[in-house]
Parts: sequence; C-alpha cells; structure tokens
Amino acid sequence: MTDHTLSVLVEDKPGVLARISGLFSRRGYNIQSLAVGPTEEAGISRMTICVSVDEFPLEQVTKQLNKLVNVIKIVELEPATSVQRELVMLKVRADATVRSQVLEVTQMFRAKVVDVAPDAVTVEATGTADKLSALRRMLEPYGIREIVQSGMVALSRGPRAIAANR
Amino acid sequence: MTTARPRPAPRSGAPTEQQDTAAQPTSRPAAPRPARIDPVPATGAQSLVRSLEAVGCDVVFGIPGGAILPAYDPLYDSTLVRHILVRHEQGAGHAATGYAQATGRVGVCIATSGPGATNLVTPLADAMLDSVPIVAITGQVGRKMIGTDAFQEADICGITLPITKHNMLVTDPADIPRAITEAFHIAGTGRPGPVLVDLPKDVLQAQTTFSWPAQMELPGYRPTTKPHGKQIREAARLISAARRPVLYVGGGVVKAEASAELLELARETGAPVVTTLMARGAFPDSHPQNLGMPGMHGTVAAVAAMQKADLLVALGARFDDRVTGDLTTFAPEAKVVHADIDPAEIGKNRVADVPIVGDAREVIGELTAALRAAETGTPDLTAWWNQLTSWRETFPLGYDEPADGTLSPEYVIERIGRIAGPEAIYAAGVGQHQMWAAQFIGYEHPRTWLNSGGAGTMGYGVPAAMGAKVGKPDTTVWCIDGDGCFQMTNQELATCAIEGIPIKVAVINNGNLGMVRQWQTLFYGERYSNTELGTHKHRVPDFVMLAEALGCEGLRCESRDDVDRVINQAMAITDRPVVIDFTVGADAQVWPMVAAGTGNDQIMAARDIRPLFDDPEAGGADEVVTNLEREDGA
Repeated sequence: MTDHTLSVLVEDKPGVLARISGLFSRRGYNIQSLAVGPTEEAGISRMTICVSVDEFPLEQVTKQLNKLVNVIKIVELEPATSVQRELVMLKVRADATVRSQVLEVTQMFRAKVVDVAPDAVTVEATGTADKLSALRRMLEPYGIREIVQSGMVALSRGPRAIAANR
Repeated sequence: MTTARPRPAPRSGAPTEQQDTAAQPTSRPAAPRPARIDPVPATGAQSLVRSLEAVGCDVVFGIPGGAILPAYDPLYDSTLVRHILVRHEQGAGHAATGYAQATGRVGVCIATSGPGATNLVTPLADAMLDSVPIVAITGQVGRKMIGTDAFQEADICGITLPITKHNMLVTDPADIPRAITEAFHIAGTGRPGPVLVDLPKDVLQAQTTFSWPAQMELPGYRPTTKPHGKQIREAARLISAARRPVLYVGGGVVKAEASAELLELARETGAPVVTTLMARGAFPDSHPQNLGMPGMHGTVAAVAAMQKADLLVALGARFDDRVTGDLTTFAPEAKVVHADIDPAEIGKNRVADVPIVGDAREVIGELTAALRAAETGTPDLTAWWNQLTSWRETFPLGYDEPADGTLSPEYVIERIGRIAGPEAIYAAGVGQHQMWAAQFIGYEHPRTWLNSGGAGTMGYGVPAAMGAKVGKPDTTVWCIDGDGCFQMTNQELATCAIEGIPIKVAVINNGNLGMVRQWQTLFYGERYSNTELGTHKHRVPDFVMLAEALGCEGLRCESRDDVDRVINQAMAITDRPVVIDFTVGADAQVWPMVAAGTGNDQIMAARDIRPLFDDPEAGGADEVVTNLEREDGA
C-alpha cells in the first residue's frame, strides 16, 4: 500500500464531512489525515485527504467520492509535483537549564516558540511529515508534554490551480 | 457558486414527467401543470405540496404523524397529488419503488419523523441497491428541537446517508421548491436512486413564498450520459473480432429505456444475450438469441456462455456476486467491454478492457452505429451458436413433478405467466418463488418484472405490486409471493382493498422459508432450523380467511387440476384484490444452482448433476440429460 494525497473541492454544507468520512469507513479505507478549510471561492471548501491504499482501490475511492452530490472535484497530488505541509505544536518540558538547548533545536528546524513558561516551551513548526517527525525526535529527550498536529494540506507546484468550475 | 448547467433531457425522472404523465393511463386524468408560477405567499407545507404538483408528482404513498402533519393539511386539498394511506411506512417505500419500476417515473413516499422515517430505511436501502428513482419526504422535529432527543426525533439524514443517493435537511422554508426540484432531478437522472428530503415541522409551518420553477444548485452533480466516441469504436472493434461474444444485459438497460436499441444491437452482432435478474424483460424471452438469466440460479446456457465467452459486453450491469460467482474463476477467457452510467461500477469487480461511461440507450445506439459504419462484416458465430444451442438443448430450464403428489410451485408460476401473459406486470417477493418467477414466466417487455434484486428484501412483493398497479391501473398486476414474504407486508392489502387497487397475489405457500430450507437441505445436513412457518401444519394464518379479513377475495388451490381454473377465476375478478393460497410441496428446489462461494464452472443443472462443459463427448451431457425428468420451462 502506498500513501496518496487527494485534494477534494466540496460544497460547504452541513454534513459533507460525515458523507466523506462515512464513505471511507464503509468501503473499508482508513483516512490517515484530513484537513478542511475555506477556498478562494465562497461556499466551497477544500479537503486534503491522505489515505494509504493500493492504486486500484484508490481509483474506487475517487470514483465513489465523485458520486457524492456535494463533491465538486477531486485531484490526486503527487509528492513530486506538489507542496505538502503539516503543522505541529509541541509543548516541551524545558526549565532554565535546558531552555537554550531546546531553542537551538527550534532554530535548526526553523520552528517558532509560540509560548513559554518557567518550565515549558511550546514550539510551532510546519513542514513535511518527515521534517516534523525529525523535530519531534530531537525534542523527545527533553520530555514532550503534549502534541497537536494538523492534517496535511497540499497544493500543486506551478501556475495551475484546481478550480471548481472546470 | 456555480449553478447546474442545463443537461440533456433525461429519459426517466422529474423534468420529463409532465409530458410522460399526460401520456400514461392514470386513474385520474392528469391535469395540466403550470410551467411557471409567480411568487405567492405560502406556508412551507403549501410550498411543499405545490412543488410536488409542479414537479409532476401524481401520487404519494404515506402515513401522517406529528412532525409531517402540517404537510397533510394542504395535501388534503390537492387535486393533482393523490395520497394513498398505507398501513406501514415500509409499504409506502416499496410502493413508491413498484410505481417507479413499472412506470419509469419517480415514486414518492412520505412519513413522519422518528419511527415513521426509520420504517423507510429498508425500502430506501432496497431502492439504492436496485437503482430505483424514489423520493422520500420525512417530517422532522422543529429546528430548535433537533439534537435534543425530542419526541419522535431520529437523525434520518444520518441514518440514511449510506443508503440514499443523496439526502437533505431543509432548514429554510424558502428552499423547499429547490429541494424538491433537486430531489426529483437527482433521483431520476444519471444512475437513478433514492433521495430523502427531511423537513422540520416549523419549516413546514413557517410563512414563505412559493414560486416555480426553482433554480437548482448542484455544482457537483453532472452525470455523464454521452459515451466517448473512441471507446465506442474500440468496443466495436472488439465485438467485430470476437468469436464467442455475449451481451450481458443488466437493469441499466431497463432504466435507460434501451430495449429497442438492444434489439438492434443483437441483430447487428448476432451475439447471444443474457438478461440478469434486474433485466428480465429488457430483451424478449421469445427471441432466439436470448439465453435467459445468468447467475446463481441462471440457465446453464447463460452461465456457460459467460464462462466460455471471449468477450463480455456488459450493458448497465454490475458484475454482482450473484452473477459472477467466485470472481477469480469467472469468465477467465473473456475480454470485457463495460458500459455503465456510473463510472464507479466500471472496474469495481472485474477489470474492463474497454470502459464506457454513458447512458445505456446512447451507448447501445452508438455501438450499433459504429459496427455498421466499420463495415467489417458480421463475425462468423456459427461454431459458438452450435455450442450454445447444445447447452440450451441439453440443459433447458425444467423441474420435476413432486414425487409425493403435492402441487408443483414451478407449475403454478408457469401457468400464471401463461394465463396472465407477457402484457401483465409481475412483482415478486424474495426467495424460491422469486427465482421460479424469474425463470418460468416469459417476459417480453421491460418494466413487467419487478423484484428486489440487490437487497433481497423479503416483503417487497405486495407493496411493490400495489405501487405498480397505481402507476399502471389498466395493466393486470400479479404479485408472486411466498408464505414467508407475504406475512411481512400483507397488511397493504387493506390499503389495496380500500383505495381500489385490485392486485392479484399468488401465495406460493410451501409452509416454509423455502430458500433457506433449500440451503439447509443442501448444505446443513437437512437440519431444518427455524424454517417451518406452520402455514401448512397449522394453517396459521389461513390465507383465505386472512385475505377476506383484509377486504380481498380469498381463493385456495391445492391440486394441479385446479390451477388453471383458479387462476382464471382470479383473472376475472377486477373490482377488488385477490389472494390465492397455492398450497404447494415443501421440497421443490430452485435449479440450476451455483452454490455460494463457488465458481460458475461448478454450476449444477439439478442436484448432483453437473454439466461437464469441457468434455461434452465423454459421457457428461448425454448421461446427465436422461436423469432429468425435464419439462420445458419458459
């Protein structure tokens, strides 16, 4: 099985997320990550869905998704020709003795400190899943108290755009 | 937001209904429906009823209740929409399905919130699997009560999400005309299917304005009806090159009204035709190229033809497991041309060498045109037909007369088919009687065979026959039912009696859940766990008395000599529903059979009789045939 990233334009209507997630579960596919947000066009949302399936079931997933009345367009984004990003926030145990080391790691990954307390630092980072897991590995020795990570968002490289009306 | 672009007029469904309604014989003359209505003040409920009128709906099957009550008030005044009060919402749903399958128009059912709506779940799932265009309208608790576990609240949109083509909760009364327009459009176009519209009570009560037509907003709904020319030419090339082709015809051909085009294609190719359970009647049974039904209980010739084919041309069919048997051994030498209006069906179960997305009527018409244009000449199928004819003659459909002298169920069904003829409509329940009705009645026209194919819904028969009779009041409608199925939904006979819907019900009463019993005989060592219903042993219920209690004529037939007389007696009664208790033997079995999970090569023509396809000379066929006390079916 391989990882695939689907960009799905949907009508911004109640229940659309349930229709899509329900379709995946009922056809036996597991969503690895899912991110939803507004688009440049009012009333249309964009979902980025990562799913781990073989080529053939992926075609079925795409066709079944396309049958949902609220789904407008689906495009698969290849890693080589798209920019794929996730966002993570990590709350790291860091008192004065190790704070500077944590900050050093943070800088190496071009991450940001978004909150600080006497015994903790919250680091925000964006990047590919690989980069974020590397950051996490580097911070783990200090003690990670809490992690929140977004689903992946992705955009194709180059001038072309996915448009709802085409 | 983009709006739906104008599309080619669909063949079934809302937008053509106005014209169709006028042409159809209905119980009441169809009044003209105004094309345009300027905004007028209305309640949500009035807007709903006026929308139903404007969209061309002439009948709804339903039961009122708290949340849907506001809609029933203006419905009471409608002269265009007839409401038929059923006895159970499941009956309303199957009646809408029967109506839709018999007429090609969108069927409509209506129920209140909570249990009323959940009682529609089975018919919605049934219509989903058989791609039947129905619209279900349900009441919902008031908007402020939604999510509070209010009295008779059920999240019916959530519940029916996987079993509807689409559903919608209307939260603004101004949206009602658009919601109804969209529901009928989605149900009736593309691959047809059920659509549910959920209407909160306060939305029905609110003041709004009604105007017509309503603008649809469906940017994501664009069914492809016109096939790709390149794919058509490639398919035509494969057909011209094939030496053992089979036209594998599914229910999509019925839905696309493509029977005339199919006849042309069959003539042009000379290829054998198999009609699936959902496509019985799409191609005349009397046609010499029709090999009958494929699948688990299909004819040996149809099953063998598909197994040995070098090309399967699937037209509006979906390679269902009941047709293919074990997929890995199904039609191993065949290339596949797969035409379907639903792209997701193509390649779902069997890889297609030539996928064609499009409406079956357009696809078939263009295929025939492409074959004619190619002028490659008709391929020589003589050897293929010699083989097919040999299978057909060696293993015709047939049945044994029961050794114990009981009445043969196959004979009863065969006689009903002969006496009522191919102009009648036949609706079946699910089980042995359904398979016999598919096998032993000769179908000549589409929309004359109604059954629950995909879902296998016991209890489908009586309400579906009721719906069909409402849609086609001048046509004789028979329900071929089993004693098990009949006991699930026979309360709709009260509806038929009171509303003047004179259907005829043949209860093939073998005292058992016959198909389950057959499996217990074959696969569970004749251990008959919970399959005897007592309708023989105790005569509970007495179907004749039950029929009379429900306002129907009740008849009984227990011997072969009586069969024609009783059927003719039933045919003569046209002013009220008739129920015949055909008391038949319990041991009759449905043959041929491909046991579940096995490959189609393992088809048995009768118990322990397996045609040896690969070695017809070596003692197989000739010896086998002597063991069959066969009667010519069909």
